Amino acid sequence: MDLKPGSRWKSAVCTSEAVVVRPPKAPVGLECGGRPMLTLAEDRLEGLAPAAEHASGSLIGKRYFDEESGIEVLCSKAGAGSFSVDARPLRVKEAKKLPSSD
Amino acid sequence: MHTALLLEMITDALDDRPAAGHRDDAITYRDLLAMARGGGAWIGRRPGDVVAYIGLNSPDMPVAVFASAMAGRAFAPLNYRLPDADLRRILARTAPSVAVVDDDMLPRVEGVEGVAAVARSVFAAACRDPAGPAASPPEVDPDIAVLLFTSGTTGEPKAAILRHHHLTSYVLSTVEFMSADESEAALISVPPYHIAGVSAVLTNVYAGRRMVHLPAFTPEAWVEAAAGEGITHAMVVPTMLDRILDILEARKEALPALRALSYGGGRMPPAVIARALRQLPNVDFVNAYGLTETSSTIAVLGPEDHHAARDGTDPKARRRLASVGRPLPGLEVEIRDGEGRVVPMGASGEVCVRGDQISGEYVGRRLIGDDGWFHTRDSGYLDEDGYLFLEGRMDDVIVRGGENISPGEIEDVLRAHPCVADVAVLGAPCDRWGERVVAVVAPRGEADAEALKSWVRARLRSTKAPEEIRFQSELPYNETGKLLRRVLKAQFVQAPQGSVKLTAAG
Repeated sequence: MDLKPGSRWKSAVCTSEAVVVRPPKAPVGLECGGRPMLTLAEDRLEGLAPAAEHASGSLIGKRYFDEESGIEVLCSKAGAGSFSVDARPLRVKEAKKLPSSD
Repeated sequence: MHTALLLEMITDALDDRPAAGHRDDAITYRDLLAMARGGGAWIGRRPGDVVAYIGLNSPDMPVAVFASAMAGRAFAPLNYRLPDADLRRILARTAPSVAVVDDDMLPRVEGVEGVAAVARSVFAAACRDPAGPAASPPEVDPDIAVLLFTSGTTGEPKAAILRHHHLTSYVLSTVEFMSADESEAALISVPPYHIAGVSAVLTNVYAGRRMVHLPAFTPEAWVEAAAGEGITHAMVVPTMLDRILDILEARKEALPALRALSYGGGRMPPAVIARALRQLPNVDFVNAYGLTETSSTIAVLGPEDHHAARDGTDPKARRRLASVGRPLPGLEVEIRDGEGRVVPMGASGEVCVRGDQISGEYVGRRLIGDDGWFHTRDSGYLDEDGYLFLEGRMDDVIVRGGENISPGEIEDVLRAHPCVADVAVLGAPCDRWGERVVAVVAPRGEADAEALKSWVRARLRSTKAPEEIRFQSELPYNETGKLLRRVLKAQFVQAPQGSVKLTAAG
């Protein structure tokens, strides 16, 4: 899995999509709903649902990160599954509130 | 990450939200995305790597920004105010390219080799064609998003390169997705070829805010649009603000909908921001500092800092009103001396910056180090709480007998004199000191040079008092509010006496 900055991935089991904002320091597997994520060109798996422990959902516009690997992704489409790397759930990055400057 | 994804995301979340245009007939985000896809496909059928854009502000500008992104072409907005010969020379540098040109400007740029110029009306119709094909952005994005030609106040304009990842990094770190509510509208009055004109499109789209483009700035048109369109957010350059305040005062217009007004792009005179704070007591002011090469803003002085300065009792807060605030989170800022060493807190030096949004790259030339640090050529210092104070361009610092003198400090002192409407302080060549301090003053009423010199001497070190003061009715600015120091400086450069041969040889 080449998690280059800017690369886009879709969930195998729900509508979630993500774009890599910061790459991992060492190779990891990016998952959603407990299943490895797919490239945009690949087809979703039929009849599957997110695994119970990875079903807290993803929210569009939220950034998710994993401290250990350093990976950060932006959710570009919401879905029922939640993101993980190597089965470690990603955490929501709280955005700092900044005033509009342009 | 690709800039087009910003538009796709907001459309996914808020497809019916007004995106661009007047309150009554704005296009929605769904329309904007469809037009960007249609325009992207149209561009994709034409040769070239660049989409040049020559025209006034309009809702077609954001369409062209995203259509270029969809087609994987660089968007290059050019300064239509340049004389024809200069405009054509810069346009030729974008070849092979497609140029989208305001209909009435088309005759000015026809026949430039390698450039397919089309009228904006033709492009807009192609974007709106429901039968046309639709483009989608390339999945991986090593490509250039924007080419911006610098104003070239010191020579031939350089083409600054901003890649998709620079711009999206800036957007993600400064804007919360979908943070605008339905009532919000941003007035964009800087021209399309200014970095703030480009970044405003991206940040307002990601926030989900309606954009109202002012075709070209006049203070009257700005005030009318702000009042008539229920504008809540706007960005202006310093030279615009004073003129806007004049109109507001004359018309007794309070702009009750206006919540946030940011300013940047040049030094804000203290008297003007003080007046703005008094005249618009309910507005959140933001001072934003950034450069083209840094994908817009890198430091902000926020509303809380302005509110603290507004009540006038805290001297620290009042002093900080002259700062550009603190660096954005995720960016590193250092002040370095001539040898590249970091200077102690409070000491002056060159402002250097590092972070994901920093490009520091021009066509044919990289000014960013392998370590990621970009030297801004701005002089400044950081105070004990990390507030950044700017002192002007490094190139404008006056070196008098080995002493570095920043024009900004002297200008502020002179500007506080009741007979000074505007002022520029410069270094003029001088045999004895290398450079001497001179000033050009636009007077308010009767001004006396000797009185102004004593005014400075009473407030600053005597070496900082101008040795010569010339008066003229107005100082020269370019249309985005940059003082043309080069023009002023030229009048102090005399032909060297008795050295005709040397001049000819050199």
